[in-house]
Amino acid sequence: MGSFSIFPPRASSTAGEVDALYGFLLLVGIGMTLLIFFFVFLFAIKYRRKDPEDKPKAIHGSIPLEIAWSVIPFLIMLVMFAWGTKLYFQNYTPPLKDTLDIYVTGKQWMWKVQYPGGQREINELHVPVGRAVKLTLASEDVIHSFYIPAFRLKHDVVPGSYQTYWFEPTKSGRYHIFCAEYCGTNHSRMIGWVTVMEPDRYQEWLSGGVQGESMADKGEKVFEQYGCVNCHVLDQQGRCPSLRNVFGKPVQLEDGRTVLADEAYIRESILNPNAKIVKGYHRDVMPVFQGQIAEEPLLQLIVYIKSLSAK
Amino acid sequence: MIAQPELKHHFDDAGQQLESSTLGMWIFLATEIMFFGGMFCSYTIYRSAFPEAFASTSHFMNVTAGALNTGVLICSSLTMALAVRAAQIGQKKALIWLLILTLTLGCVFLGIKGMEYHEKWVEHHVPGPSFHYEEAQYAQNAEILFFLYFAMTGVHAVHMIVGVGLLITLIIMASRNRFSAAWYTPVDMIGLYWHFVDIVWIFLFPLLYLIGHTK
Amino acid sequence: MSTTLLAVQKNYLNADYGWKSWLFTTDHKRIALLYLFSITAFFFVGGAFAVGMRLNLLSPNGLFGHDTYNKLFTMHGIIMVFFFLVPSIPATLGNFLIPIMIGARDLAFPRINLLSWYIYIGGGILALSAIVRGGVDTGWTFYAPFSSTYSNTHVILAALGVFIAGFSSILTGLNFIVTIHTMRCPGMTWFRLPLFVWGHYATAIIQVLGTPVLAITIFLLGLERLLRAGIFDPSLGGDPVLFQHLFWFYSHPAVYIMILPGMAVINELIACFSRKAIFGYSFVAFSSVAIAVLGFLVWGHHLFVAGQSMYASMVFSFISFLVAVPSAIKVFNWTATMYQGSISYDTPMLYAFGFIGLFTIGGLTGLFLATMAIDVHVTDTYFVIAHFHYVMVGGMVMAYLGGIHFWFPKITGRLYPEAWAKFAALIIFVGFNLTFFPQFILGYLGMPRRYATYADEFHTLNVMSTAGASILGIGYLIPMIYLTWAWRHGPISPQNPWHAKGLEWEQAPTPPPTFNFIEPPVVTEPAYNYAEES
Repeated sequence: MGSFSIFPPRASSTAGEVDALYGFLLLVGIGMTLLIFFFVFLFAIKYRRKDPEDKPKAIHGSIPLEIAWSVIPFLIMLVMFAWGTKLYFQNYTPPLKDTLDIYVTGKQWMWKVQYPGGQREINELHVPVGRAVKLTLASEDVIHSFYIPAFRLKHDVVPGSYQTYWFEPTKSGRYHIFCAEYCGTNHSRMIGWVTVMEPDRYQEWLSGGVQGESMADKGEKVFEQYGCVNCHVLDQQGRCPSLRNVFGKPVQLEDGRTVLADEAYIRESILNPNAKIVKGYHRDVMPVFQGQIAEEPLLQLIVYIKSLSAK
Repeated sequence: MIAQPELKHHFDDAGQQLESSTLGMWIFLATEIMFFGGMFCSYTIYRSAFPEAFASTSHFMNVTAGALNTGVLICSSLTMALAVRAAQIGQKKALIWLLILTLTLGCVFLGIKGMEYHEKWVEHHVPGPSFHYEEAQYAQNAEILFFLYFAMTGVHAVHMIVGVGLLITLIIMASRNRFSAAWYTPVDMIGLYWHFVDIVWIFLFPLLYLIGHTK
Repeated sequence: MSTTLLAVQKNYLNADYGWKSWLFTTDHKRIALLYLFSITAFFFVGGAFAVGMRLNLLSPNGLFGHDTYNKLFTMHGIIMVFFFLVPSIPATLGNFLIPIMIGARDLAFPRINLLSWYIYIGGGILALSAIVRGGVDTGWTFYAPFSSTYSNTHVILAALGVFIAGFSSILTGLNFIVTIHTMRCPGMTWFRLPLFVWGHYATAIIQVLGTPVLAITIFLLGLERLLRAGIFDPSLGGDPVLFQHLFWFYSHPAVYIMILPGMAVINELIACFSRKAIFGYSFVAFSSVAIAVLGFLVWGHHLFVAGQSMYASMVFSFISFLVAVPSAIKVFNWTATMYQGSISYDTPMLYAFGFIGLFTIGGLTGLFLATMAIDVHVTDTYFVIAHFHYVMVGGMVMAYLGGIHFWFPKITGRLYPEAWAKFAALIIFVGFNLTFFPQFILGYLGMPRRYATYADEFHTLNVMSTAGASILGIGYLIPMIYLTWAWRHGPISPQNPWHAKGLEWEQAPTPPPTFNFIEPPVVTEPAYNYAEES
């Protein structure tokens, strides 16, 4: 069987952090369990009934004890809460820049991975050691969940919205990808592998694949195919906002709010344009594309619009 | 013949029995609040997500029918309260007539509701394969609103129908001299139920019919 | 009174004969037995599905095929949660004992009590027909849009069964709340009540306020399946996460519906078999109510990875830790009760020991799940499965068995064979731990739940778990056999074989007559007055 561990391999920057927190909880848990077991055993044996007529003295309670065994566990729990919250916020907040962005679409029952450079994979993900990787997760049908035990991270993949999943791989190797939200017949076969490679090998892999169009190029084709170019580029009457340098910046809306133009905003602007109108423009001008564009071309479109923001 | 308080064997006295019935009915009404609450919650969430679509649907609601129904139910609550009062002072004839009046008003409500549902069916506003909405850009979200409309008013109507059945039972019991000033608990309890069903409608009406009618 | 005289005296069992006297009874004790038989039947149906699951999991490549496995775990969950755990203790022991414990002749609404059983059976028949007609494969959690749009199985039928069974739970809760408020006998003040009653009161509050939300959620789901309007379907503008919020708003409090009655039983067992009043009575009483209230505020901890706002998740995490405190208070108070007590090792006490140990482990692992960064790794894995089986099976079912053994003489007028009972308790304890402890490890290693086939490295632990399950299964069969035997052939029980305190042991005959007491009781002493203070 080889060496058995209760921990899966540690392949992300946070895996050790999560394991440390887990270790703390194990310590407290095992400690508390042993404490209770000890006292129960002790009392059960020490005070075993010797005489059927035994009538022990009544001890009704002790306020100091009640306070002690309420407050002390609560304080320990506060540590768990604070530590867990801090780590969660860190693990669920991707870095704002310098991330390697990859796009993952889940559908019954496979993972479709698109790289900005145009590479595509099914049930396989390749990432380099030492770089922050940000996955944008989309679903074409039901709720799935993208789970890499070796990274200690999972996130549900929810149809109708984008979810973000970020990590920094630390150790090369091949690790499981599992779907972790029941999604129908082949849920347990919606699995794959993430291959973490040293940076130079990763570059080789990237350029070694079939040379094709990048996601942005494909997105530009989608942009033309659906007529977006007619309004957003060619139109001289100012019916619609320009898309240059929009992505990643704040946008002022007509109702006074300011929102960040991230992937989710661009997606919503395409599928449900009337939800947020840019200041100075009007509703009911842009057609509603809900149900007209599949998830993969939508992601390509978004990568194209991203590319219009010069960096 | 004067009816005696009907003391069930497991109660010690009439006071305990009445206290139990009253507490039981209030708890039941609390469960009903939670039951309708889930739908009100869903409505609130979708309305705040799609305000214009929801406002546009209210233009297709028959506000006249809804307002009429509101008036009908409020009147029926009045007649019900008067019926409870009549029972309290042992006036059998007044009790029966007021119950009949309440029942009639309840049936009027259901009739108007049925007419509205038919209207919706003809207009293709019933969610499902035959749904079609005039303002195309709101169609999807409008279908959700109409879904909630039928779910909420439908569940409400089911409660009204049950209420009508309960009123018929009360009328039969009253005409058989089962009630007296000493014991009229079922009238009291069903009165509470009826008022509750009325109050639910008071919330449904503005939320479903009146949004968007501010201009 | 001589014991043989007691056995032939008129009691609720021999008061009347014939199927009509049972199916149209309004006696809370007979209704409790009607529930006991039906709940036991459902337990074995749900257990059969579990056997199928564990057999399938013996091999990484599965045994039955994916669709069949998906139906097995769905129906195991639906039957066990809605038709076994939720009604179990309240509808059997609660129904039987609460009126007697408070000195009443019956519950406040005996006919509604009977109605609740018929509603339960109606819901059960619908659920069983969904199974017989081919099953459901959505998981007991019915997540949309899979259940509303994609599943091709009998979702509406199964959901209808659950919907209807929910009303049974609501009516039971309503009955208990009113009964406890209005029908306590003279001298039975709130703080003289057995903690069994407090626990059921807290449970009833949840049943009454939480279950209607499940009802409406299932109703909307069923309607959506019929009309496809899009309320939970994002391709039609709906929000699938809304379903999760609505569903868990009930289903989290539901787990407290399932555990509070178990804790309620444990109070009685520990007090009797330590021959001491429960330490910290008022703290234990209030902690039941605290769990009921706080339990309504934590549902979002099921949505930490679902796309819920991080700030909302933080609040839910904090309150989830908070709700652990009253449970911990109970465990400490039970342990303290044993201090300087007079402990006997009768079977009910063995189950109580098992409960304390296994509930402690189960409850502590709940803290792991409340810790957000850990939950991200272990949610939707076998860690969660191990957690809830520890509290539900290691906790609740052990408490149920302990209670059934404790009150067996009161219910049947006979004694069960103690040696066999102890043996079975041991088998169950060993089998349980062997089944579920490996699952904690499997979970952290990354094995997701609801998997019909799994990665090779999870093989050994799965085999261990299945081995444990076979032992556990045998353990559950043994009491079925000897309890059934003892009902007809066991030795006649004396009035109070355990020398326990409480109206049900001291004032109501064994077994009780239809109206519970010979003379109406009046209470003058505190609960658990083993030291006989005045």
